[in-house]
Amino acid sequence: MKYLKLICTICYFCFFSSILYAKNPSILINELVDEASQILSSSDPVESKIIRLNDIAERSVDIDGIALYTLGKHRKSITDEEKLKYKKLFRSYFLKSFSSRLVDYTDPKINVIGEKKINEKYTIVNSILEANKGRPEVKIDWRVYTKDPSRPLIRDLIVEGLSLARTQKEEFNSVIQNNDNDINSLFKTLEEFIIK
Amino acid sequence: MNKKITMLIMLIIISIVGSKSFAGSDGNLNLKDSKKIENEVSDCFEKLNRGIFAFNQGLDKVLFKPLAKGYRVLPQPVRMGTSNVLTNISNVVTIPNNILQGDIKKAGVNSLRLVINTTFGIFGIFDVASYYGIKKLEKEDYGQTLGSWGVGEGCYIVLPVLGPSTVRDSFGSAINLIGGDAWYNITVDKDTQYFSEADYYLSRITEGVDFRAKNLESFDSLESSSIDLYASVRSLYLQDRKRKIGNIDQTTETLSDDDWEELDTK
Repeated sequence: MKYLKLICTICYFCFFSSILYAKNPSILINELVDEASQILSSSDPVESKIIRLNDIAERSVDIDGIALYTLGKHRKSITDEEKLKYKKLFRSYFLKSFSSRLVDYTDPKINVIGEKKINEKYTIVNSILEANKGRPEVKIDWRVYTKDPSRPLIRDLIVEGLSLARTQKEEFNSVIQNNDNDINSLFKTLEEFIIK
Repeated sequence: MNKKITMLIMLIIISIVGSKSFAGSDGNLNLKDSKKIENEVSDCFEKLNRGIFAFNQGLDKVLFKPLAKGYRVLPQPVRMGTSNVLTNISNVVTIPNNILQGDIKKAGVNSLRLVINTTFGIFGIFDVASYYGIKKLEKEDYGQTLGSWGVGEGCYIVLPVLGPSTVRDSFGSAINLIGGDAWYNITVDKDTQYFSEADYYLSRITEGVDFRAKNLESFDSLESSSIDLYASVRSLYLQDRKRKIGNIDQTTETLSDDDWEELDTK
């Protein structure tokens, strides 16, 4: 009886703590945007900004998930060892690409305007990048993976209806296909990008 | 008249060449070596396309990008007015396409916008219609109409200067030149004495520069982070066309992708 009570208490605690600690995807994006904005508008050296931006990405983006997605059909034909190597390369590639894209912006103003839960696994958070001198406003949607409600992760950015993950997947596919379907060609290209 | 006949013959040739390369009647012909993108579209002439893409990149570097940068220096109201005029002109292609797609309500709204902005908005410089609550709608073209009728994209092609397209979209653009674009008719075809050919070409070039100026940062960002820029542009173009043809507003529809689902079931 004592054990039963204990188990019930644990279950009760686990259930409520998962609700308590479930993070709203809009809050995730808002926090991320605020943090990135603070970093970008600071007077820190570029290197320091990059390190801090990468830290945000490591925490909020499902880099491994995107890595597997961007492999597309080739995911099924490579060995576990190649997959491991690819994930490692992709992580470095992603972080470099992510921070170098952002670091040029001094103070981007992104406003979250809504969210839509597609299913248990995905929520789309809608936001607007405010117009600045010469650039019109840009609609940005975030595909947030919510399978673990306490730790939602970003899986894709949809800029004006165009998916960046999908673009990346087709870009990688093109590299592999143009090199006799050799996955090593993609590894080589990624390595070259990383050390560039 | 001769010009129109030549154009019509060209269109027929394009459609034959296009259909040959993408029909694949028994599922095994023609497409063996071509690459499929977005599950549908083949890059049948990739080598040639890449060559033209490189040429366009060069042209962009020496001409369009500097022009776009200069354009960005102009005062915001000037750029806004220019953009408004171009959008207003584009209505003469959007309206017939609204009708061809069976969207009579949108055709009505766009017609009303065209009349109000051309008159009260002084040739479209001011978007008076929006001020009165008649909101701007998405542009439509003949390529989109053909797509909405179920015509496939055909091969992906890159046109010199004009950039990414497909056989279907090029066919659609050619319709503009055989009477489908009232602006072309009154300028190049000289249906009236009020405009000249130069007005048409100037409007097209300005449209390109305006678009480039609005996307200076995005292009730079794409260029710097891309490992195969040609493939990225191809993907973005095809996604954009798919979205426009389906008149997809909801992001959820844009996002449907079996690969994500497959990943999640693992």
